[in-house]
Amino acid sequence: MSDSAIADFKPLSRQQMAARVARDIPEGWYVNLGIGIPTQVADHVPLEREVIFHSENGVLGMGPAPAPDKIEPWLINAGKQYVTLRKGGSYVHHADSFAMIRGGHLDLCVLGGFQVAENGDLANWATSVNDTAPAVGGAMDLAAGAKRLWVLMEHTTKDGTSKIVHRCSYPLTAVGAVKRVYTNLATLDITPEGFAIVDMAPGLSFENLQARTEAKLRPAAA
Amino acid sequence: MINKIVQSIAEAMAGIKDGSTVLVSGFGAVGQPNVLIDGLIEQGATDLVAVANNAGVGHVGLARLMELGRVRKIICSFPRSSDPVVFETLYRTGKIELEIVPQGTLAERMHAAGAGIPAFFTATAVGTLLANGKETRQFDDGRTYVMEKSLPGDVALVEAWEADRWGNLTFKQSGRNFNPVMAMAAKLTIVQSQHIVELGDIPPENVHTPGIFVDRVLHVPYGDPSGF
Repeated sequence: MSDSAIADFKPLSRQQMAARVARDIPEGWYVNLGIGIPTQVADHVPLEREVIFHSENGVLGMGPAPAPDKIEPWLINAGKQYVTLRKGGSYVHHADSFAMIRGGHLDLCVLGGFQVAENGDLANWATSVNDTAPAVGGAMDLAAGAKRLWVLMEHTTKDGTSKIVHRCSYPLTAVGAVKRVYTNLATLDITPEGFAIVDMAPGLSFENLQARTEAKLRPAAA
Repeated sequence: MINKIVQSIAEAMAGIKDGSTVLVSGFGAVGQPNVLIDGLIEQGATDLVAVANNAGVGHVGLARLMELGRVRKIICSFPRSSDPVVFETLYRTGKIELEIVPQGTLAERMHAAGAGIPAFFTATAVGTLLANGKETRQFDDGRTYVMEKSLPGDVALVEAWEADRWGNLTFKQSGRNFNPVMAMAAKLTIVQSQHIVELGDIPPENVHTPGIFVDRVLHVPYGDPSGF
């Protein structure tokens, strides 16, 4: 990769990635956001667009982080951060919370990822079969249970290895579950024919994106 | 007169046997029965199977119980925390067994135990390492599901916000989490409650866990949770 090719475009910042996902969430959806960058998506959904956020620990109708002097010590999210509850929100126990997930009641879940494959497989919980004490949390429930699964992650690892792959090499979280991937370089739909480009970072060419992507991409429809 | 309220931690923890499966509630520190966990440390039962969402923080509570060599196996969804040093050391040196369970499957396995359902099928974990060796089956919708067995406890340790002498409970905000599910899944359910109220003070429509699932209640005005 030549330096000039790198200079030709600007990858999205994490803020911009979160905002890009937020743009696609319509009013009325029930949505679970995974730990990490996905959590930031909520910051980009205006309160007047009524999207109802769910957290695995039994919070439905989660609002933004509280002001430091308004913290409620009994009100946290699945990432163990202090949150607020919107008017109309409710609390449930863990089995009901996961019934919302596993029973197909959530319109959308947005998770982070280590790898997404062109067949919709997701790997996001362990980096090898020998991982010492991998921690799965609710990722497998969310990936298998939500009506739609989107993944929000960097396009490559820090050393430039593509996380958009032909087949996952890491242990799977779910099989054939991912519908769409948002990265700092592109938005990709997963179709029966594999990854299809929805949009790309400003200034990025198809060839340049393909060069940074292990899986084969199809250009955006003209 | 039914009175499930006990007066001391020793009375609350009496009779817990070696080899018991102990369900320990809480998510982070919220809804976590800290005084009962310390009571179990004091009580002395060993060779325990602990079921909790996490595997302990620092050197206190569940982590301390493990550090004392009293936990043979932990069943949890997320053995990481801000300070998982005790668990990781024991696990690396082969001194504790670990069973990783997806969080929803963990909750449902206990819910099923409480409801008299010995096993169920779920789509969670199909095609992953966590479904290895388990029966799978396709149902009418064409999807593949994996069989998961119920997870009954001998003992459940629960933290409530309010309790009355019949053992009716309420929980505060996200402090509910695993508490109602664990309360129904164990033979002996022990509750530490921030407040004790008169019978009838909790409006019937607002009882979160009815007393039928509760055996003993200890008044512990613990205060706000802290330390995740």
